[in-house]
Amino acid sequence: MAYRRKPTKAELRRQKMEELITYPLDWLEERSGLVGGVRYFLFRNVPADVNWMQTLGSAALTAFLVQAITGVILAMYYTPSAATDPATGKPVAWESIVNITDHVTMGWLVRGMHRWGASVFIILMFLHMGRVFLFGAYKYPRELNWIIGVLILVMGMMEGFTGYLLPWDQTAYWATVVGINLNGTAPFLGPWLAQFLRGGQEIGGDTLTRFYSLHMLVIPGAIIALITLHLYLVIRLGVTSPPWSKEAAGEEPAEEEPVSLRPGLTRPVPRGAGASPMQAEPGGRD
Amino acid sequence: MNPDEMAEQHEPEPQPTLWPIGFAIGVAVLLVGLVINPLWISTIGGAIAVVFGFLWAREATAELRGEPIVVEPERRELSASPTGQQEVMPAPVADTTVTRSRFLEGATLGLGGVIGGLITVPVAGFAVLPGFLGQKQHKVDLGPLSMFPLGEWFVATFVVDPAQGEVSRRTAFIRNNGTVADPKTKKSVPSFTIISNHCVHLGCPVQANGPTGAILGKPTVTERTKNGKVKLDPVVPAGYGCPCHGGQYDIEGNRIAGPPVRALDRYAFEIDNGRLTLLSTYSVSHVDGTGAGAKIYKYQESGPGEHLDGPEQWFYPLQPPHH
Repeated sequence: MAYRRKPTKAELRRQKMEELITYPLDWLEERSGLVGGVRYFLFRNVPADVNWMQTLGSAALTAFLVQAITGVILAMYYTPSAATDPATGKPVAWESIVNITDHVTMGWLVRGMHRWGASVFIILMFLHMGRVFLFGAYKYPRELNWIIGVLILVMGMMEGFTGYLLPWDQTAYWATVVGINLNGTAPFLGPWLAQFLRGGQEIGGDTLTRFYSLHMLVIPGAIIALITLHLYLVIRLGVTSPPWSKEAAGEEPAEEEPVSLRPGLTRPVPRGAGASPMQAEPGGRD
Repeated sequence: MNPDEMAEQHEPEPQPTLWPIGFAIGVAVLLVGLVINPLWISTIGGAIAVVFGFLWAREATAELRGEPIVVEPERRELSASPTGQQEVMPAPVADTTVTRSRFLEGATLGLGGVIGGLITVPVAGFAVLPGFLGQKQHKVDLGPLSMFPLGEWFVATFVVDPAQGEVSRRTAFIRNNGTVADPKTKKSVPSFTIISNHCVHLGCPVQANGPTGAILGKPTVTERTKNGKVKLDPVVPAGYGCPCHGGQYDIEGNRIAGPPVRALDRYAFEIDNGRLTLLSTYSVSHVDGTGAGAKIYKYQESGPGEHLDGPEQWFYPLQPPHH
């Protein structure tokens, strides 16, 4: 910033402090451009008349993150074994679930979050899908993102199916028997798919470990990859206006961009304002 | 001298040669051979490496040894720009020519594909094949024939695979039909009706519709066999019903109501040293008659919900390997 008069001591100190505080971010930005990327993501333009319904996608993403985090923690205490514990005569997997629910500190809470959060995730995906459909946001050029979203929904349901077996109780067992046999009635390849899912002719220990691996490694990996693609396309193609938008129909001019007095991480930098430390050009930092 | 002219005067580079590639293949074969078959494959690999190594060394030292190096002139058709000056960029090379960058591009993609395949194929096989190959048949010893009085039904529960444990416990409805003449040998052989309790709609456990041991006042028999604990609960069934979606079967397992598409599966059996021994299950479209005289329409074991006869059977032409 150019000062007409000589800066006071207080101003100089303040300037020094700001430089000190932003130094780590500057360091990161200069080497990776990540700060700029995050700013681009957070401060990209969206239509002025966006709607609360358009937060359903973010809500579904948050639900997925909750599932991922609670799932990682549950995996620390869960044992995917169909063997019988000789001391109690009960299956080891079922006992580890009982242990999580009844004995591990806050285990009931984390398991409950994962269990109910699974339904929340699916419900939010459906609501998000409904919003996209009703807003016509699946139309050109966003068809591909609709397809990716459908794949995420399918993967989410596969998570539900594979996760349902893990408590290894009667409900889990018979629901999985029925689910796999449903797949088995698909024409031509159905019987093969069913046998692949069971890992053999009958449901047993191999089925449990196989479902565990699918549930915590394979399918979540696929979902993360698909979500990344989904978000990339959202950023690339932009957010749609609601169907009743006058602005999108060309009846009202777009509003001026809000101009704030002080740029920072949470507010956009006003156009034409002096370069903030965040915007330092590579090599231009003094 | 402008940069273009300088570029024209560079030293002729040595011709690209294929000998190092052959040498590398030879070394690779040699190393693989050390694992697989040191005598033959390693010898072949060593021979390839020596031959190509010699040819490579011979070519690399050609200059030192004073042999004339044959260098083909690089051919590039230069298209003149309208102003008569040479363009800075070299003219595009005809597609049929394999340039160095084109070769490297292909080699990178090809090698990447080969490496990816080498990793993916065994891993995918490991994930998929064990469920299909080496499915073992388990014989289940249910105990001596004397435990099954003539004409009485039992709900038998038994462990199919002791190595798997309780998770492989199955249930069957068993009745001793006495003896019947074998149609081939005309000898008198024991006859049993052994019906699996897996509903052929979607695999839920069907229940016997009728009073069981506790109500009949008959004790449940428990027998220790080499398959672990076998339980025999006396029952007088009028038929079988499924709790999941309401499928109903008659006493021989024929479907009489609900969503199932065929009759209940049955266990093959043999009498081993006077003990009833269960073998694999097989599927049944329907059964005519009852007891020892029943005519069973037997098919290969198929999953629940799969039609065995009628046009719907065409949807399931190929069954995965069963024991």
